Order: sequence, then C-alpha cells, then structure tokens
Amino acid sequence: METIDLLIKIALIVIIFAISLVVAMYSTYAERKIAAFFQDRVGPNRAGPWGILQPLADGGKMFLKEEIIPTNATGFLFIVGPSLAILTACIGSAVIPWGQNLEIGGRVIPLQVTDINVGILYIFGVVSLGVYGIMIGGWASNNKYSLLGAIRAASQNISYEISMGLSIIALLMVTGTLSLGEIAKQQHGFWADGYFSWNVFKQPLGFLLFIVCAFAETNRSPFDLPECETELVGGYHTEYSSMKLGFYLFAEYINMFISSAVMATLYFGGYNFPFMDMIHSPNLVAILGVVALFAKIFLFIFFFMWVRWTIPRFRYDQLMDLGWKTLIPLAIANIVLTGIFMTFFK
Amino acid sequence: MESLSNKKKQLEVKPLNFWERAYLPTIAKGLSITMSHFFKKPVTIKYPEEKREFSENFRGMHSLKRDEDGRERCTACGLCALSCPAEAITMQAAERQKGEENLYREEKYAAVYEINMLRCIFCGLCEEACPKEAIYLDGDIIPSDYLRKDFIYGKDKLVEAPLNQ
Repeated sequence: METIDLLIKIALIVIIFAISLVVAMYSTYAERKIAAFFQDRVGPNRAGPWGILQPLADGGKMFLKEEIIPTNATGFLFIVGPSLAILTACIGSAVIPWGQNLEIGGRVIPLQVTDINVGILYIFGVVSLGVYGIMIGGWASNNKYSLLGAIRAASQNISYEISMGLSIIALLMVTGTLSLGEIAKQQHGFWADGYFSWNVFKQPLGFLLFIVCAFAETNRSPFDLPECETELVGGYHTEYSSMKLGFYLFAEYINMFISSAVMATLYFGGYNFPFMDMIHSPNLVAILGVVALFAKIFLFIFFFMWVRWTIPRFRYDQLMDLGWKTLIPLAIANIVLTGIFMTFFK
Repeated sequence: MESLSNKKKQLEVKPLNFWERAYLPTIAKGLSITMSHFFKKPVTIKYPEEKREFSENFRGMHSLKRDEDGRERCTACGLCALSCPAEAITMQAAERQKGEENLYREEKYAAVYEINMLRCIFCGLCEEACPKEAIYLDGDIIPSDYLRKDFIYGKDKLVEAPLNQ
C-alpha cells in the first residue's frame, strides 16, 4: 500500500472515531432534551444557548470527580471492565460503509475503513465482546448489585443474540453476501425492478426482530434490566465513579450509534437515497449519501430515545419469555418463509 | 356484603387477547401518546428570568419602611423580635442625636437591625406585632447564596430606598 493511501486510511479512521465520540456526546444531550420534550419540560438550557455546551460540562465534571476503587474490588479487572466496554463499542464502526467512493484528483477514496467479506460476522463478534466489559466490571466490583446486573446483562445479551443472528440469516438469504459494502450497494436507489430496493421492504419481519434485539443488545429501555435503577441501584456500574463510569455511559451511547448505523446499512439502504440516479456528479452523490446515512442514523437514535421515554421496563421473566418463546420461533419462521418465497417466486 | 357507598366496582380480569400479548399495538399507542406530548408547550416557568405571579398576600423578603417624609419608622421597640417564633430578628437601639430628625421619626431608632433569613419562617408575626407599621414582608423570594453569613440581612438590605432623592 502506498504511503498516501495509508495516510488517507488513518485520516478516515480518526474522522470516524471523532464523529462517533461527538455523536455519542451529543446523544447524551439529545437524550435529556428529548426526554424533556416528551414530558412537557424544557431540558438542560443553562450551559450555552439552549444548553448546547451541556455535554462538555458533563464531560469536565466526569474527569474532575474523585476516582474511587473499592477496597474489595479486583483492582486490575475493575479498570479493564470500562476500557473493554468502550473499546468494543468503538471498533464496530470499522466495517460500516459511510458512503460511496469519493474521487479526488483521480484517486479513489473509499468511505469505508475496511470492506471485509465477513462484515456482519465481525459486527456480531464485536457486539458479543461488549458483554465482557459489563460482565468483568460487574464481577470486579465485588458487590451483589453489580454482579446481579452483570449476570442479567450477560444472559440477556446471549438470549437476544440468537434471535438477532437468526433474523440476519434470513437477510443473508436475500442478499447473498456477508459484506456490508456489498449489501449497501445492492440497495441502490429506492426503487428497482418493480419493487423497493431497500431490504426493509423485503424483510419486514426480520427488521422488526432485529430492532427489538438491537434494543436488548444495547441495554436500552425497555430492556435496560442490567442497570435497572429501581432494583439494582446502578446495576453493573454501581461501584464506578469518575471517568470509568463515564466510559460505561459513553459506551452505551456509542453502541446505540453503531447499532443505528448497522440497522440503517442492513435494512434502510445505507447511504442510498431516493432519486440518487438523477444527480450526475458522483462526488455529490457520495456526499449526499453520507448525509442520508447520518439522517437515517439520527432517526434511529431518536427512535431509541422515543421508545425509552414511552415504555416501562420488562420484568425479567417477561424478557426471557419474549426472547426465547417469541422472537426465536418468529425468526425461524421468517427464515422458512423467506426460503419458500425465494424458491417459488423467483 | 353490600358496599355502603354503592361505588364499588367489580373488576373483571380478562386474559389478554392476542394483540395485547403481541405488545406491538399497545407500544404503538404509547408511542403516539408520547409523540403528542413532544409538540406541546412546556409547562416550565424558567425561574430567574420568568416568575410565577404571586398572590396578593404573598410574604417574601422584609422591608423596613419609611414615613411620608422619608424618615425610618422603626423605633427599635423589639416587639417584632419578641413575637418572632423562629428568633430570627435581633436589633440594637440607639438614641436619636440632634440634627438627625430628618432620618429617624422617633427619638429612639434601630442602629443595627438584622434578620437571619435562614431562620425566618415567613409567618408574618413581626408585621402584625409592629406598632409603628415599620416592617412588611412585601418583597421577593430571598435569593440563594453560598455562605450562611450572607443570609443575615442587615439594614443595608432591609431598609426601603429613600423617597424621591
């Protein structure tokens, strides 16, 4: 690889990393604002105009707080926990196609860090690693509430990963590839061959299953049992303070951002938007594609928050019932139906 | 047994039907309710900038009144301090000197008059006790502060501004 290519890649990685951090930062602000609007309140409005500097103030506060490591905590693992949580949250963004290739001065710049041919499996691997951060943190705290929260997180993630994987299998039957870049390309435009080209119209049930599982995987309400305040104090991060707590909270928002990006890519056409063939400049299409992708991501993030401030938390047995007795059979039925449909109507 | 009020309602617990068990229709209903609130005007009153209207007999910060000639009405009789259930008021009296007739109405006046706003319960008994109509709780809410000592208000904060000067 040429040096310039390497530099471009590094720049892309840094930009994506910075964007995911900024989006996560402002998701905390959006969360509070949106919660306020849903409850007929105003929300944070003191730091800067409309409270726009609130995330910076929160971050500064997190850094300045006293760092407490409980006497009975396992020192090393106690630090590994949040580090792992934020690490696994960040590396998911590597395989997401953020846009079509840009062409500047005869050089083709792909807006995807790496288009590995097992992109979806990579995402899955990273997501399953995410539970280790929570599990290790909860275990190392040496506190019953933390441990209970961690165990809940682990069992919940494992249960919902199955139906998530199964719902993806049906999607793979339609697309025929595991590469996210390829999947995004297949959904070109909005209308092709007499039908919608986005996968959500080919796999509506699969998308429904996927989004429910995404809520569970990111530990968002109504599946936020791992940090269930009413029962478990703070769940797995009860004993955490200062920026280590900040990392856990941050990881949740980055996860939300990444899973929104994955959902947008897999089901909602990624960087594709309607009437994109009417624009003839490929660079303009690429840039508008990035804008379209981010619009979809923000809509999903808004949906995450909308649901959080609407639905109460599931009880633990209801959670397990839903995961094992409803979602998994539905996902299997979806696979069978997709197979039948593909055999007889294509 | 018959209920006396006749308001007793027998509730029937029906098993959930399919759509209720499927969560989704009810979730959609809930989402539409929250979305309808999203566009409502917030009910918040942004306090320091906006203020809720007080009732006419609202009791806020005390003010020591002046008479029509701009002289302080208080004569340091101590009835307000005596009537105060929270013991928030202290004062020191002084005799009026020659040439101070335009400052103090009575021959005796309060050289020091302090109210501890952290003790005060805003009952208004000082107002009722005052024979000279010198103290009224007609001010605003006490502003917040950082130190306890800053909540002990002296004459500099309590005495009404001089008339048309």
